[in-house]
Amino acid sequence: MNVAAAIPQPVRLAQLPRHKPGTVAAVDWNLLSEPEGRRLRELGLDEGVEVEMLHRAGLLGRGPVACRIGRMTVALRRHVAAAIHVSPKPGR
Amino acid sequence: MNQAPLVALVGNPNAGKSALFNALTGARQKVGNYPGVTVERHAGRMALPDGRPVELLDLPGAYSLDPSSPDEQVTRDVLVGRQTGERLPDAIITVVDASNLDNHLRFTLQLIALGLPIVVALNMVDLAERDGLKLDPEALERELGVPVVSTVAVRKRGLDALKDRLGEVVRGIHSVRPGAGVQHDIVVLQRRARQIATAVTVSETAARRWTHRLDAVVLHPVAGPILLLALMFVMFQSVFAWAEAPMGWIETGMAWLSDSVAGALPAGFLRDFLVQGLIAGVGAVVVFLPQILILFAFILVLEATGYMVRAAMLMDRVMASVGLSGRAFIPLLSSFACAVPGIMATRTIADEKDRLTTILIAPLMTCSARLPVYTIIIGALIPERSLVPGIGLQGFVLFALYILGIVGAFCAALVLRRTVTRGATSGFMMEMPKYQLPRLRDVALGLWQRAEIFLKRAGTTIAATVAILWLLATFPQAPAGMKQSEYSIAGRIASGIEVVVKPIGFNHDIALALLPAMAAREAAVAAIGTVYAVDNPEDAQGEATITENLRNRWTLPTALAFLMWFVFAPQCISTIAVARRETNGWRWPAFMIGYLFVLAYVAAGITYWSAVALGL
Repeated sequence: MNVAAAIPQPVRLAQLPRHKPGTVAAVDWNLLSEPEGRRLRELGLDEGVEVEMLHRAGLLGRGPVACRIGRMTVALRRHVAAAIHVSPKPGR
Repeated sequence: MNQAPLVALVGNPNAGKSALFNALTGARQKVGNYPGVTVERHAGRMALPDGRPVELLDLPGAYSLDPSSPDEQVTRDVLVGRQTGERLPDAIITVVDASNLDNHLRFTLQLIALGLPIVVALNMVDLAERDGLKLDPEALERELGVPVVSTVAVRKRGLDALKDRLGEVVRGIHSVRPGAGVQHDIVVLQRRARQIATAVTVSETAARRWTHRLDAVVLHPVAGPILLLALMFVMFQSVFAWAEAPMGWIETGMAWLSDSVAGALPAGFLRDFLVQGLIAGVGAVVVFLPQILILFAFILVLEATGYMVRAAMLMDRVMASVGLSGRAFIPLLSSFACAVPGIMATRTIADEKDRLTTILIAPLMTCSARLPVYTIIIGALIPERSLVPGIGLQGFVLFALYILGIVGAFCAALVLRRTVTRGATSGFMMEMPKYQLPRLRDVALGLWQRAEIFLKRAGTTIAATVAILWLLATFPQAPAGMKQSEYSIAGRIASGIEVVVKPIGFNHDIALALLPAMAAREAAVAAIGTVYAVDNPEDAQGEATITENLRNRWTLPTALAFLMWFVFAPQCISTIAVARRETNGWRWPAFMIGYLFVLAYVAAGITYWSAVALGL
């Protein structure tokens, strides 16, 4: 059995396929400005929280994205979603 | 102390707080302002089950007690007793969205730690259940240690139970816990909130199916923007199409009033003042009430359904290209109705520089008060022929004026963000509420408040302006052979202004209209009407006369320059006043007036000279 395949590698939320939920493994707070980080925490983002990519707005992958954080849906800009590392749920 | 207990209604945005406030207080509401800041103060009266009156205060929605916008600051300051002009509340009702407990409970925990008597309204339990979420309110009550009541504010369910529990805490049955003050560690609170949310959740299945299905279309990379554009088109189209009939009724009503007054009074100064001055002037403005209400109705409905946040999201890319964020879209869209509520709506923008830029460019959005001016000038001086089959020249010019305002605003934002309001952008992060059918009552209430504000303005500022203008335009009486509009006091003031605006093609009529237009843009129409009325008092009054006079006295380049002036010029005292309040001083409004005047003067000048050069 291949162990590496059983434990999915964290991917950035921005790259997470739609409707494949995962849990937040780490957040690269350094990539975010101070108010961005604070707002993100206020919206409930934290390690261990379940997140899911829902919609990507805008052409050419440049508009903001809508993701689920816990039970809340939040609109984020792409660079913010790129700072969030997610462990995809195994077996999905 | 014989004051009624003050109860503060607090909660996250989108928790259904305002619906609960409306349900509890009905129409017994008072909208005011907090001193020093411009956050609206919504208060209302309600009675407890034992008959005691309670003053209910609807505080702005907040995510925590660490404010990141002026709105949130008021909420925090009121709750810690630091807000000037407000006493410390005797109790709190905190509203939480049942389907979003892990997030909303964090704020609740912060509120409970304040130590004030508190009741939790577990709101929108019906939606949570529809979403497949089953909660145990009693378990929540045990976990939190404070009363919890399930409510469905929009259906008025759970209100009696809420009032019962509120009655108990106000009476002090539940002992007041020692306050721990404001708890700042978001992460600790968040983890505790999640723990509680998990503990009180009985069962949970997939959520928000409807919202997701709709969002798949609304946020679609191609379909989304098309839908937004279509909605905007329908909105502006309706403003003209639906308003026509009610505007006709108002005109008929005004004509009747004018005739009745003219018939009841003997000829003379008083009759002329009332009929030609006051009724004609105020009537010229009141007639636009239907258009303004239709525009506001669209905006209120778009907000109530939850679409507005999606629109902001779709516009974020475009806004980011000029240094703003999608959040600026909502205030800017509101500014098409009126810049005053538009500027007030900027309070939800957390970043100070973002907010300031939005305030500075909001007056460039073509507000509904400019419509009457555009309509009458275009109707009189732009030929009624088609540009291409199906598109009339008049309609095209009107459309172009709107677009010009938007383009001007974007260019201004681009320049401002690189100069006076330079700084890092705060980004774009918004909670996306579930889609909801708008409540007719809430929309009606919002419209009523707007109508009241508009009519009050028509009855005070505008009435006073037209009255003063009429007096200034009527006295002193011109001797035979001289034009009244030039001999009168107003005429002489206008002659002074004319010197400055003559280079950009403005005539004496326009110079005279510019000052009253500062009080209210619509007054420009009334002012031009007054000019013609005092010059030819025997003529019939009304739009037809104004149109005819315009055709005789104005040239096309002058009309175009005048329209251009109206696109850019800083106008209406109310906008300047609200900008002063929102920016806490005269510095930014003064800057706004300055840059807009320069813009207007240059744009009108270029238009005039080009039009003359082209031989129009």
